[in-house]
Parts: sequence; structure tokens; C-alpha cells
Amino acid sequence: MLSLDSSSIASAALTRNGEVLAEFATQDTRSHAEALAPAVYNLLGQADVEPSQLKAILVGTGPGPFTGLRAGLVSGRTFGFAWNLPVYGLCSLDALAHRAAQGTTERTEFLVATDARRKELYWGRYEVHEDGHGRFAVSVDGPQVTAPEGLPKLPVYGSGAGLYADQLPQTVADSTDWQPTAADLSRAAWALQERGTGLSTDTSPLYLRESDAKVPVQRKKALR
Amino acid sequence: MATAEPLVLGIESSCDETGVGLVRGTELLTNTVSSSMDEHVRFGGVIPEIASRAHLEAFVPTLQAALDDAGVTLDEIDAIAVTSGPGLAGALMVGVAAAKALAVATGKPLYAINHLVAHVSVGLLDDNDELPSNLGALLVSGGHTEILSVPDITGDVRLLGATIDDAAGEAYDKVARLLGLGYPGGPAIDKAAQDGDPNAFRFPRGLTAGKYMGSAEKPGSHRYDMSFSGLKTAVARVVETYEASGQPVPVADVAASFQESVVDVISRKTVLACTENSIDTLLMGGGVAANSRLRALVTERCNARGIEVIVPSLSLCTDNGAMVAALGARLAAEGRAATGIVFTADPGLPVSTVSMGAA
Repeated sequence: MLSLDSSSIASAALTRNGEVLAEFATQDTRSHAEALAPAVYNLLGQADVEPSQLKAILVGTGPGPFTGLRAGLVSGRTFGFAWNLPVYGLCSLDALAHRAAQGTTERTEFLVATDARRKELYWGRYEVHEDGHGRFAVSVDGPQVTAPEGLPKLPVYGSGAGLYADQLPQTVADSTDWQPTAADLSRAAWALQERGTGLSTDTSPLYLRESDAKVPVQRKKALR
Repeated sequence: MATAEPLVLGIESSCDETGVGLVRGTELLTNTVSSSMDEHVRFGGVIPEIASRAHLEAFVPTLQAALDDAGVTLDEIDAIAVTSGPGLAGALMVGVAAAKALAVATGKPLYAINHLVAHVSVGLLDDNDELPSNLGALLVSGGHTEILSVPDITGDVRLLGATIDDAAGEAYDKVARLLGLGYPGGPAIDKAAQDGDPNAFRFPRGLTAGKYMGSAEKPGSHRYDMSFSGLKTAVARVVETYEASGQPVPVADVAASFQESVVDVISRKTVLACTENSIDTLLMGGGVAANSRLRALVTERCNARGIEVIVPSLSLCTDNGAMVAALGARLAAEGRAATGIVFTADPGLPVSTVSMGAA
């Protein structure tokens, strides 16, 4: 499976049953359109994988800053079209939640948060479950976008926690540089698949905000 | 890979039209466009975020429709071309990301090309294997108002003049709103103006004063440039004056007089630029090229100076993927180096950059 996520940094991964064969991630959050296609080209070469061996495309559907998010989604959909592969979508915060769940205990509830800019956070609330396959995170609320004060009083994982540590009740120190990555996204997807849950083919972006444009009000008539 | 008649897929997403075109050499196979214009009507202008969202949803369906319409498969294509600028940053990014993914998926060379030059390359379609020598172009749309000189469409394109503020189409949209005529403003004003007196009001002609024009030998600072923001304000003052005095606004006369000012300036500057730069064939492009009065006056004034005017069909004047494919096909046929997949969309790409160089 080829996975892409551009909700924060831009990343790509080739995986088999949740096991990462090769991965790529940018350092910054502003170079998605530039970075993704060359990254996929290089990953296929590195892992010595032919496009004909791919079975599916997975894209992180956000939430994330719009322009970058769209670059990943249109890339994923186009790869799916050109290679005639199914394209699945998964909330990008699930990638962070899956990573966080590995270091916690069952029934723990926690939040993951990423930068939504404009002094707000994208966040989701998850609960840890455990079974014969190991630990996994189940979404119980979100994704949402609010100011940091609006988050429930639970430990917060992810880069969003690092940005507003002073305004959040509990941040998990080791996680404050975590971003959603394609590798974690594909692990989260595999956690669903190995438990018999099919992936969604809905790749609609989770914008969570409308465009800022306002319908112009009727122009005031000049008065006599 | 200089093939005489390369099959090229062109992608356009610089504003509110998602276009995919297919061209073989100079033969147009399909020109498939999905427009988000209806979603912008209530705002009275293109909202970049709404246009960008629409591009994402429209891209794959438009690509599919274009391939079906032309009856070709991705395997058969020789190269891909995409508009990399100028245009709206967020909108360009969708087409560029899609084009790169398509290039990686198919292994085909990718050309990142200039939107304005692509407009001119429409002149190559329909088996016009060669463009006329001494070619110029007048591009007028909601986002552009430019006069170009095109000695060599793949290697030498020069900007002679341009608007220094609003594009002409943008001025039409704003004045149409002032007059309550709806969006898009171009066709609305053109229609209203049919019943009006173009000399009812003497609206300003921007950048036509002597200090801006200078002479052919000593050109002023804006000899071939245009400005429409002052005109827009002048129209607003007239409308306000009627409203304040409680009289109905003479909509047809205002529309006709406004249109006459826009068209007068554009056609005068265009003729001047052509005659002083040895241009004897002028190609018109952009959505406002459909405007009946602009076509009429540009043609009349150009013909009077021996300049031939070419106006492509409306579907090739407005933004589309076929024009991108046409330019891509010419670049590929000449064996010009492709851009590759490592480049960035450039919202301010200068017209002198016909296709971006490889990184």
C-alpha cells in the first residue's frame, strides 16, 4: 500500500500489512505540492517496488491547512486513477492516536492535537483498547477545531500540545514534536484491517472550516 | 523525444476552471472543462479558497471525461503539460500536484508552462502548423489584461503592456455590481450597453495622459500599460450622484459609457503597441475577448492599420486545458527539455518564462 499524508508535514510510505518498507517525511509544513510526487518516485525505487505490485492507496484526509491537504489528496486520487487502484481515506489524527496508544494502558482516554493556525488546534479524543493484536486507539470525539482552552481536560499528544503547553492542562512531554505521518497512518489503517474493519473510500478533506469569504451586503444607497 | 505529432495532455487550474485538454500535434482531440463559476456568483467574484476546493473535487472526473471524449488512454500519451503560473496560488497547487502524480504514475515527461503563453498557443490548433510571424497577442480576462509580442512561442515571448491595477474583466464585475447587473459582469454589461449611449458620460481613460504615453522615440512610463481602478471609482461617483438626487440611474447609458472607456483604451494601446513593434497579426484571448464591443473596436482599429485580428472560439478563449496541451505539444515537438517533477507553482510567473526549466 502507498500512503500519503499532507495534513501537517508532507509524508509518504510504502507498507505491507502495516509494516513499513520505506518512508519519507519533510521537515517543514510548507512544501507539499513540491515534495510528494518526487518522494513517491524515490520510495518505489528504494523499496524496489513496481507500481503493478501496489494494491491500494491510502490518504490522510486531515484536518490540516487547506492548500497542503489538497496537494496530498489530489495526488492520492490521481495515483489511484492512473494505476487503477482503490483509494482509501483516514483521518490524519488517527495516525497520531495510533502512535500514542502504543505507549499507554487499556481504557486510557487521551487527546491528539495539531496546529490549526489562527491560535487554534485540530484535535480528536481517543480511547485505548487492547486485544490479541495489541493496543489500538478508538475515536470517541472529533476531529474538531477550537482554541486551546476548548479542549477536554485530558492528556494531549502531538505537535499541537507543544505549541500551547501553557494553555493545556496536561501535555505528554515526549510527544510535542509528533506530526501525523503516512507511516503511522498506514499502521492505524492496518490496526483496523487486521480486526476485520474495512477502510473507507471516502477521501473528502476534513476542512472543518468554511472559506472566509463573506457574501457582500447590499451596497448602501447614497442618501439625499 | 522530438515527435512530429506528440500526443499531449494539458492541465489547467489557475483560476476557477478545471481544464483537461488533449492535443495531437496541432489537432484538438478534446477540451474538457469543469467550472466553479456558479459557486462564485453570490460573492460577485472568484473566491480563491472555493475555487481551490472545487479543483480538488473536479480533477479526476474531468481527467476521466477528457480521456473518454478523446478515446485515448494514459499509456498512449507522449507528454503532460500543466499551468504552473501565473494564477491563484492555492488553485495552481491542485493542478500542479495532480500533474506531478500523473507524471510519476505514467512515467511521462512533464512540462510546467506559462498560462499566458498557453492562451496564445490556441492559435496553433486546427492544423495551423505555424504561427504567423510578427505575432502579437491581446489577453483580456477577469485576471489578466496584457499585450504581448510573440516572436517565438516556445522561446521568446515579451510583455509589452499590462494593467497596473485591476484586470479589465474585474472592472466589469465591479461595475456590474454597482449597476445591479449580476455576475459575471462582462456579458451583463455588454448586453445592457446595447441600448445605451456610449457618449452619455465621459469617463476617464486611464494612463492616456502625455506624461504616461511619451512618444515612440521616448516612451513614457506607461505607454502600453492600462489602469481601470480610477474608471471604476468614476462610475461609482456617477451612480451615487443619481441616487442622492433621487433619480433613477441610467443603467444602459452608464454601462455603454463605461464599456466605451475600457474598450477605447485597450484598443488604442493595442494598436499603438502593434504598430511600434512591427506586429501585423494580433491574436485575442481571455474571457473578455468574447465582448462584442471589444472585438468590434479592436478589429476596426487594427484593420485600419493593416493588422489582422484572430479571435478563437469562446471555449478556447476562456481558460482551458487544450491551450496548455497545445503549448506542451509544440514544446515536445521541438524536443525542448521537459521540466520534470521538481518545481514549484509560481503565482507571479513572468511571461518571458514559457516553460519552467528543470531543477
